[in-house]
Amino acid sequence: MTTAPSALAPASAVAAPAARPIIEFRHVTKRFGPVVAVDDVSLAIAEGEFFALLGPSGCGKTTLLRMLAGFETPTRGQILIDGEDYTRAPPNRRPVNMVFQSYAVFPHMSVSENIAYGLRMDGVPAAERRARVAEALALVQLEGLGDRRPDQLSGGQRQRVALARALVKRPRVVLLDEPLSALDAKLREDLRFELSRLHDRVGITFVMVTHDQDEALALATRCAVMHKGGLLQVATPADLYEFPSSRLVADFIGSVNLFEGRVRVDESDHALIDLPEAGITAWLDHGTGASETVQIWLAIRPEKMELHKRGTGAPPPVMEGTPEGHNVVAGTITDIAYLGSESVYAVRLATGKMVRVIRPNLTRWDQEDFTWDEPVWLGWHAEAAAVLLQ
Amino acid sequence: MDNRVDWHRAPGPFAAILGPPLAWFLLFFAVPLAVVLAMSFGTNVGVADIAISGTFANHARTLEPVYLGIFLKSFAIAGAATLLCLVLGFPLALVVAFATPRARTLLLVAIMLPFWTNLLIRTYALMTVLRDGGLVNSALETLGVGPLPLLYNNFAVILGLVYIHLPFMVLPIAASLERLDRSLVEASLDLGASHLGTVLRIILPLAAPGIMAGLLLTFIPALGSYLTPDLMGGPDSQMIANVIERQFKRANDWPFGAALAVLLVNLTLFALALQGLLRRLEPSP
Repeated sequence: MTTAPSALAPASAVAAPAARPIIEFRHVTKRFGPVVAVDDVSLAIAEGEFFALLGPSGCGKTTLLRMLAGFETPTRGQILIDGEDYTRAPPNRRPVNMVFQSYAVFPHMSVSENIAYGLRMDGVPAAERRARVAEALALVQLEGLGDRRPDQLSGGQRQRVALARALVKRPRVVLLDEPLSALDAKLREDLRFELSRLHDRVGITFVMVTHDQDEALALATRCAVMHKGGLLQVATPADLYEFPSSRLVADFIGSVNLFEGRVRVDESDHALIDLPEAGITAWLDHGTGASETVQIWLAIRPEKMELHKRGTGAPPPVMEGTPEGHNVVAGTITDIAYLGSESVYAVRLATGKMVRVIRPNLTRWDQEDFTWDEPVWLGWHAEAAAVLLQ
Repeated sequence: MDNRVDWHRAPGPFAAILGPPLAWFLLFFAVPLAVVLAMSFGTNVGVADIAISGTFANHARTLEPVYLGIFLKSFAIAGAATLLCLVLGFPLALVVAFATPRARTLLLVAIMLPFWTNLLIRTYALMTVLRDGGLVNSALETLGVGPLPLLYNNFAVILGLVYIHLPFMVLPIAASLERLDRSLVEASLDLGASHLGTVLRIILPLAAPGIMAGLLLTFIPALGSYLTPDLMGGPDSQMIANVIERQFKRANDWPFGAALAVLLVNLTLFALALQGLLRRLEPSP
């Protein structure tokens, strides 16, 4: 499951301004007694990236972040920051600063005192301290609130104080532990844009831990999906979504319809895959490279499936790029969830398999097109499906 | 909050719950205190009879230099014991609060263990350790340091008070430290503070309510302590409670003893009020 660092070199990454990685995990393992929290992880993060560690709770992402901050020491392996070994350095001697999930704003200090704390610890002279605090307050749009006490601030404002407190020290890396999880939905969206803007503006590498795939996809330039202490896949958000490497990734990032299958024909320009769960043979517009003897899975995102009327003996539609008779299967709508901008349809196939389809409600009357218990044709384009080997 | 249970709407159960302890409190605390207050305005007539004459003579006597000196000394001894308790108790509370759950339970039991023994027995046990042929002095003698006067002086009284009152300092501080958000400590380290700097700038200020509670819980009983100075003190280590006891017993001057007791209560209340005032003057909560 772990990929060698060379394969992760930021050559393919969106943001790769420096050839040398700013952070490198080399075969890092962390055990807590009998529990292996992080299992032989190797990972390189390039300077200037907004990197997300994504995974369900208990996958080891927080432990990885805390080892970077110095709150935990790896059982085995090495952690390099800017080429220097920081594996065993204490937290107060690292060029990284953290934004805590609870924000950890000191309740007995004013906003300005909170932001100045790190500078004071570094022995920055008072005049420069004042200037940098003012600059940091402006950066996070808290001008004029420097004298406030933390208990007079909203959650979003406290989060900005925590950000300013980390950024004011001009660290090489800012660590964010579930930065938006404590905020309500509307505020979360605002701060998401703000975090992005801040990252662009300060040019510091951000490493974020989150269990929220939307947050990771929206913010990160690159994501690592973690599971049971290991890395499943490290890629850009778009690649994670469109080209997941495994069922676990496909299932964790967004929702997905998975069909067990076996390759029947595998040519360079197309492939035929038997899908017993759907009762049809699927057509793919590229070769799979998979052996015909192993089981594979076909993953199709709900929004990449189409619904067509099947009532009164309508013939099966022909899908784009697909010969007649492939990628179309009969089903019946069993449930509809109207979500405003889109609707989610649960469709039961003749085999009993349940499939999810998402249709955008492009016009104001769209959602009335299909109704409960309506017979439908379900189809997908030749390029819509991803083949998963594990 | 709107959905809070309002007991005032159920006066029956409210009275039933409040009644017995209130009656107990009135009968065994408020009434005797009122008797003492009344007595302090009385005069001795005969060997056992006191007439509540409304005189201020007893109260005037409490302000004589001899007695004021003893009050001052009591404050000094109790204050020294309280400060020592803080110096010893804060690090101990820090260890308790940051220990693993298992170790924390063991440490708390160890701290509270002396409570399971009678105060008198504990004091005598401490005296056997400190006396001339005791553990400390015989150990010192083998090292060639002559026996030190560890007993029957002011030092011994302070030591005894610290020994008895240390748990009252440790427990409230440990409780306030346990409530402390650990990420505040991590944030301080993350921002470049040393461990000592984090203790002084983050942990100590945030533990202030616990420290204040510990100071009060230690100082007030120490100020009125009777047994420790009586058993461990020297001829000049009398504290105010010993003087009060002497008035009630040997001197058989109950009105004057009562007046001294009233002054002690007033001074304690004054200390409490001062502490409340200081807390209100602080700008932050």
